[in-house]
Order: sequence, then C-alpha cells, then structure tokens
Amino acid sequence: MSTDTDTAHRHVDTKPVDAVAIRFCGDSGDGMQLTGGLFTNTAALFGNDIATYPDFPAEIRAPRGTTFGVSGFQVQFASTDIFTPGDAVNALVAMNPAGFKTNIMDVEPGGIVIVNEDEFNKANFKKCGYEASYDPLDDDELNRRYQIVRVPMTRLTRESLTDAGMGAKDVDRCRNMYALGIVCWLYDRPLDPTIRFLDNFFGKKKDKPEVAAANIKALKAGFFFGETAELFPVRYQVARARLNPGKYRKISGNEATALGFVTAAAKANKQLVYASYPITPASEVLHTLSRLKRYGVTTFQAEDEISAVCAAIGASFAGQLALTGTSGPGLALKGEGIGLAVMLEVPLVVIDVQRAGPSTGMPTKTEQADLLMALWGRPGESPCIVVAPRSPSDCFDMAIEAFRLAVRYMCPVIYLSDGYIANGAEPWLLPDLDAIEPIQIEHPSETNNPDGTFLPYKRDPETLARPWAIPGTEGLEHRLGGLEKEADTGNVSYDPENHDQMVRTRAAKVLKAADIIPLLEVRGPESGDALLLGWGGTYGTITTAGDELREAGHSVSTAHLQYLNPFPKNLPDVLGRFKTIIIPEINLGQLLKVIRAEYLIDAVGINEMRGKMFRIADLVEKTLQIIGR
Amino acid sequence: MHDTQLPTYKPKDFATDQDVRWCPGCGDYAILKAVQKTLPTLGRRKEDYVFVSGIGCAARFPYYMDTYGLHSIHGRAPAFATGIKLANPALDVWLVSGDGDLLSIGGNHTMHTMRRNVDINILLLNNRIYGLTKGQYSPTSEFGKKTKSTPVGSPDYPVNPLSWAIGGGCTFVARSIDIDVLHLEKVMARAAAHRGTSFVEVYQDCNIYNHQTWFYASQKKTRPDSTIQLEPGKPMIFGADSDKGLQMDGTRLKVVELGNGVSESDLLLHDETDRGLAFMLTQLSFPEFPEPLGIIYASTEQETYDHVVHEQIRQAIEMDGKGDLHKLLHEGETWVVEDD
Ligand code: SF4
Repeated sequence: MSTDTDTAHRHVDTKPVDAVAIRFCGDSGDGMQLTGGLFTNTAALFGNDIATYPDFPAEIRAPRGTTFGVSGFQVQFASTDIFTPGDAVNALVAMNPAGFKTNIMDVEPGGIVIVNEDEFNKANFKKCGYEASYDPLDDDELNRRYQIVRVPMTRLTRESLTDAGMGAKDVDRCRNMYALGIVCWLYDRPLDPTIRFLDNFFGKKKDKPEVAAANIKALKAGFFFGETAELFPVRYQVARARLNPGKYRKISGNEATALGFVTAAAKANKQLVYASYPITPASEVLHTLSRLKRYGVTTFQAEDEISAVCAAIGASFAGQLALTGTSGPGLALKGEGIGLAVMLEVPLVVIDVQRAGPSTGMPTKTEQADLLMALWGRPGESPCIVVAPRSPSDCFDMAIEAFRLAVRYMCPVIYLSDGYIANGAEPWLLPDLDAIEPIQIEHPSETNNPDGTFLPYKRDPETLARPWAIPGTEGLEHRLGGLEKEADTGNVSYDPENHDQMVRTRAAKVLKAADIIPLLEVRGPESGDALLLGWGGTYGTITTAGDELREAGHSVSTAHLQYLNPFPKNLPDVLGRFKTIIIPEINLGQLLKVIRAEYLIDAVGINEMRGKMFRIADLVEKTLQIIGR
Repeated sequence: MHDTQLPTYKPKDFATDQDVRWCPGCGDYAILKAVQKTLPTLGRRKEDYVFVSGIGCAARFPYYMDTYGLHSIHGRAPAFATGIKLANPALDVWLVSGDGDLLSIGGNHTMHTMRRNVDINILLLNNRIYGLTKGQYSPTSEFGKKTKSTPVGSPDYPVNPLSWAIGGGCTFVARSIDIDVLHLEKVMARAAAHRGTSFVEVYQDCNIYNHQTWFYASQKKTRPDSTIQLEPGKPMIFGADSDKGLQMDGTRLKVVELGNGVSESDLLLHDETDRGLAFMLTQLSFPEFPEPLGIIYASTEQETYDHVVHEQIRQAIEMDGKGDLHKLLHEGETWVVEDD
C-alpha cells in the first residue's frame, strides 16, 4: 500500500472473503477493458489467483449509450485456486444506464452495484431503450435486490481535476480511474501498480505527463471518496492465494498461443512461418507474432484465408515450421488446403480460435461448434490430429504439443482454442525453458532406396511418417501433389488396392499419435455415478462444477480432453467406470456424437449456445437433474 | 551450403522417368522442352529449383521436371510459391499453370503475388479453354465462344492477362508462343534473370478442345502480320516484308505502312521500362493490330517481397539483437509466489 493512501480517516470493518467477482461495464469509449485489466494486475501482483473475461461490444464504435456499445470486463480474484472468472457478479461497476441494463441480471442477489449517477438521465435512458420516465435507480424491486451505490462520478472527477488544465472531454476520460479508485478502496488493493502503469504509459510512452497526472489524481480521488463518503459499511479483503511457488505473469490465451508457437520453433531449431488473414478473435495472434521477428518468426498477412493455409503448406514443404490461424469461417475456407497437407503428408498446424456461428454469427462471442469440422470437414478421408487447450496458460503447452505431433507424424494438426480462453487471462507459472523437450526433426540428406533413388513415401515403421526431405537437398528431388500416391514412390496412382491401402495408412498414422499423448486424468474418484467429460475452454467451469458437486456429497468426477483425435488410449476405460457420462459443450452435442458413435455409450449432453461460458450453477443443477438427485 | 562445383547439366537431366500424359500434338510438349533446355543455361543447381502448379493440363508440368515439385490445388499455386519463398528465399521457384487456374479460380492469388513482387517466375500456358475438365470456356475465351458449357456462345468478356498483370503491378511482363521454342527460351532466360515476379503468357494450342485458336499468331503465313516482335530500343516494325510499324497518333497507337514519307525513324521505339506504353501494347489485339511478342515490360525499381520481409527480420535483429526467449516469456509485470 502506498503511503499516500494508508491513513484511514474513519474506521471501517474489513471482512475477509475467499473470492470476489467484479465486473466493470460502460460505453465502449469508457475504457472498461483498461480499467478491468489494471485491477486484474493489481490483484495478481498482490498474490491472488485471478481469472478474467472481457466481453467486447459487437460494434467497434457503436453510438454512445446504446446497449450494443456496452463493453464489459469481469475479473475474479481469490485466495483459493480458481478456474473461472466467476458465475455471479459480486460487484458491478456501471458507468452508464446501458451498462446497467445489460449486466444487472448477472449480479448476485445482495450484490454491490456502483453506478455513475450523473449518466442516469432521460437522454441516456432513451438511448438504451428504457422508458424515459423510468429511472432504474429508483426501482424498488431493484433496490431491494441489490445494494445500489450512487456516485456522481462525472461531477466528482471534474471537481478533482479543476486545475488540471485539460479540456472537459479529457477530464471526463479520467472517470474510469475514479471508479477504479473506489473499487481499490472497497477491496483494499494498493494503487501503486496502477500509478506505475499510468506513469509509464501516458507519461513515458505517449509523452503526455499531464494526462498521467490527471488519471493518477482521479484514481486517488476515487480511493479517498471510498474512504470518506461512508457509502460502504464494510471493506472486503481477499488474502493471497496459495499458488504453486515460482514466478508468475498474467497471460491471455491468445498471448500464450503466440508464445507457445515461438517456443516450439525455438525447440525445433526452425523458423516459424505464420500465414494468416485477419479475423476476430484470432487476429491478436498475428499481431503478437508480427512483433517477434527477432525470435525467428516470419509472418505473412495473406490476401485471404485460402492463401494463408496454402502459403503455410508451401513453407512447410520448404522446411520451416508452418502455422496458419483463423476462426471458424476461415477454417471452412482452409478445408481444401488442409486436405492437401493430409495428402502431401507435411507438418502443418492450424489454429482455430472458435467463435459463435454459423456464418458470421457473433464474432466477439465464444462457442465450441467447430469440433466436427476440425475432425471431418474436408473432402475424402482426410484425418488430422486435433488438440484443444483448456485454459489461457494451457495454450502455451498445447501449442508446443501441436508442433511436436505435426512433425513426428508429418500431418496437419488442428488447434482448437476459443474466444473465451483466447481473451480471458489467468496467472501463468513461467515455464523452465530448459525443461521443455526439444522437438526432434530430421531432414534426410541421403537416398533411402538401395537402387540409389529417393522414395518420398517410404515410411518409418514406428510412426508411419514419411521422410521430410526439403528442396535444396541434392539428389532427393521429388514431386508431391494432391493426386493419390503410390506407396513408397509417391508416383501418381489410380490403382484400387493402392488407394485403399493409402487411405488406411494415413488414418492409421494419425491414430499412432495415441502412443505418445498423455492418458486422460480423472479429477475426483476414479469411478462413480457420473463423469462430467469436457474439452477445450470449458475446463475451468466444468472442473469447478465437479468440485462443488463432490463437496455437496455427490459421486461426480470430471475429466477434460485436450486431445480429440486421436483420443487418449485410456478413454474407453475411463468411460466404462462411470454409470453416466455427461458431456457439457457450448454446441449442440458434437463431442457427444463422437463419444456415442465411437464407444456405443449412452452419454448425455448439457448444451448451451449463448455466446458465453456456462454458469457453474447451471452445470451443477443440470448435472443433478441428469443423475436424478 | 554447396561446396562442390556447379555440375554441367543437360536438358535430359531435368526430365523425369514419368510418361508425359498430354495429348499428342498438345502445345505443352514444346513448352516443357523449352524449359528443360533453358534451365541448364541458368547457372543454378538442380536441387534449388522448385516447380509449383495448380490444377489443369498445364499443371501436370512439375511431374515431368526432375526438380523439387509441388502439384497443388486448383488456383492456389501462387500462394504455395509465396510460402516456399518465405521459408527459403534461396530457392528458385517456377510456377506453371493454365488460364483457368491462374486467372479464374486463382485470379485473386495471381494478382496479389504480382503486386507483392514475390521473386518467382510464372508461366501462364494460355489455351483459352478448360482442357482437363473436357472443354468448357475459360476466362480468356472469346465473347460468344461456343463450348460445352456455352452452347449458344459465351456471355463473358475475356480477361486480358497481360493488361491485368500490368495493372496488378507486375514488374516483368512478356509473351511467347508454343511453336517457337527459340523465342520461348530467350524470353524464359530473361524471366529467370528478373528479380521479382515475372509473368510470361505463352500462347498454347489445345489440340483437342480448342485447336487452332492461336493459328493466326502461330502459322508461318499469317504470323508476320498478326504479331510484332518487341526489341528494346528498336522501332516497332512488323509484317512479312517488314513494311509496317506502330506509331503514336495523339494518345493512341496506330498501324502505319512504311514508305510514302513514313520511315523507321517515325516509328515508336520500344521502351521496356515504360509502364504506360506497356499497358498500351498489351491492349493490342488482332486483327486491328499485331499482337506483341517478347518482353513488354521489365522494371527493376521495386524490391522483391521476399527480400523486404527477410530484410525486416535482419534489421530487427541488428537493432535489438537476436531474441532471447527467456526474456520474452518473462516480459511485463511478474510476481513471485514464495514456497511456504
Ligand atoms: S486437353 Fe488440350 S491442353 Fe490438355 S493435354 Fe490435351 S491438348 Fe493439351
């Protein structure tokens, strides 16, 4: 705590709590993402476990005050190990009526709702679709349900900055820091990290020390307001979490994805060639990688999705680690290219940061509905390895894993992230780089046929992979193509037996990956009434629901698949040990179909497509319904 | 990488053992031969060549070249070629494909590769028809052309590949014809020497579905009057008796007869570096005008895409040093959780 802020003028009780979920919301121009991010940093640096979820508005610059221009940022910080940004919001900060209107229903009964009272006027009610005569702050029902705290933030911010020498607009831009100051007081978090950021960002980077000073002033004013205004009967305190010892940083899924692939390239002693076309919510991977040229990264912003996958395949053929990235609509466009990579048997990794579909759908919202496309969405029998990170920091590990598999089995690997983990953040225990196994790659330099010719499709008996001979190697000149290959020689072949064999071999090769992928772990008892089986970004929610169910005395375990093709070898064994298999997914039941078809198990789905993560409480309730409790 | 001396290659060193499967009499044979004759003269090692193609009759080309080769998918060859150059700029990448592949399904990629000036050579084997799918009209087929898919005539106006290339910012634009192997070799050697995207349209006869489409330009009797050989710095003369030429008339080109007060010095001189002139030349079409053959445009002013990309990487490393992965991961605010 900085010395500026630690002299309490009045005594307020401090109540210890395990975890708090706060949501900041307001107009897209109100700086809510920044505010939430700064509070997250503060909590993380303090030593809390954190999980965040930014809820971006559908439109970049929607008219001010409208509901579709609302930007939200939720953070849960805790003294215990947490896996999600939280279900019910304990405290909401609403900078305008539109934010209030679209977020109030997520606040827990009795929860704190801090509003910028100055924005609650007739004009703004109209903009967000309230009756002009209705002021929600005066609604008895709402006041009974929540602790609504009215703060005239606009006026107070202006008053605190009367001598800042800035225009009214710039002064008003500091309101978010005023709000952050109040929240920091309420949850007893220090201001130092935020002050440091404001100094660095506005003061040094943007060379606007007056803006930094004004923001800092507003922040402190908000903090002192909390202290003196007697609006809050208690303060809350969330103790440090007992995380595994080590050095941490906060990381989002997209950042971890980019860093994971850079690390994979370094571990493989290769250049990373990233070919991509801008698309929400995957573009951040392109932005991050394009800044990392010094780390052996070449990025290519292609003219379209198809060009991006094809350029990546070209780069792979020429011997570098090739990556392309997109979201669902782009994965559809890349299908033919991925099929070619299956045929050429070259390593390729395809990132799909899934979003809500079909078609353009809801680009800023999350979904898990590309699984079947990843598994089967290509012409002919064209199996790919499919992996799915389960949390923001897991993106790092699974990225390395994706390339390890792609080069070992000489095939495309599809990496299914989603908008929820891509934009969400959590603490990341920084890995020991030396402890990460190198990715072994061998490019032959000698022919592999006794007669002195080169057989590009002669396979390694262990992995069934063909040799990755690259252009520039003398004596190994060969032609690859999309036409069916004769075994060994790779010459074009229409022979029926050969085709049958080649289709089977390509499929068998992908299944071979099960030899080295880790076995599925069960959380909770190894057998019992029900297993909640998930994949991808739902890990945190399903795990928390499972923990709650067990705490309540139910025989429910959880397991989460990071490998979707092939499955871990022990999956059928795990499935066989539970009476009911329940598969929660943010789709209409895609993993469910695969599990039912593969293992003839009468698994049951819990399915929702709201563009959002499940609520833990809903999962708990639906699970209880299914198991009949 | 290679410490041994450059071997002396013969054309047959570039031929594979695969049976060539084009129809007898197809123009592609002559073009294949010209390429196989040209490569040994270029002073490069065989293993550094990569032939890339899309789909179509012409796209079978890589199978017949004993180099590295990639027979890719329909229309996307320019994207594969770009990726290869990004991964290894030292490779010499040749893209051979047809008019449907490069101008229809792959038109987008062709155009963007040209504007980026990726350092590759593109050979467009233009036969103005879809051969492999058995005779539908292509983007270069004439308006009104009757084909299997246009029984009463094509309603599309054709694309002019070379005008398109000039408009797309291509830095080397040329035209040749399948029956003239010597001319092909000359043009290809120049294309190979060009740094940046070279685009060579080759008039190619599809013996089966569009026979004789280029006969006006290929036959001894009609060729001199229907085509004009461009030579840098030389006056634009054509005709069986070299008695005709091209002159500027206001803002347009016109055909003039030599004599009657018109001499060679009144004719337009070819300037390969003049983009405006190049566009005008690509617009000339028979029978109103002779169609130009040879190097229409060649500019070395623009850096290649692959060079710029790799230069950016080099400069980033020069400025801040090679990236330290450990530092990168530990960037930003970090905190330590102590063992307790
Ligand atoms: S169909 Fe036409 S272009 Fe194709 S191989 Fe036969 S002659 Fe050549």
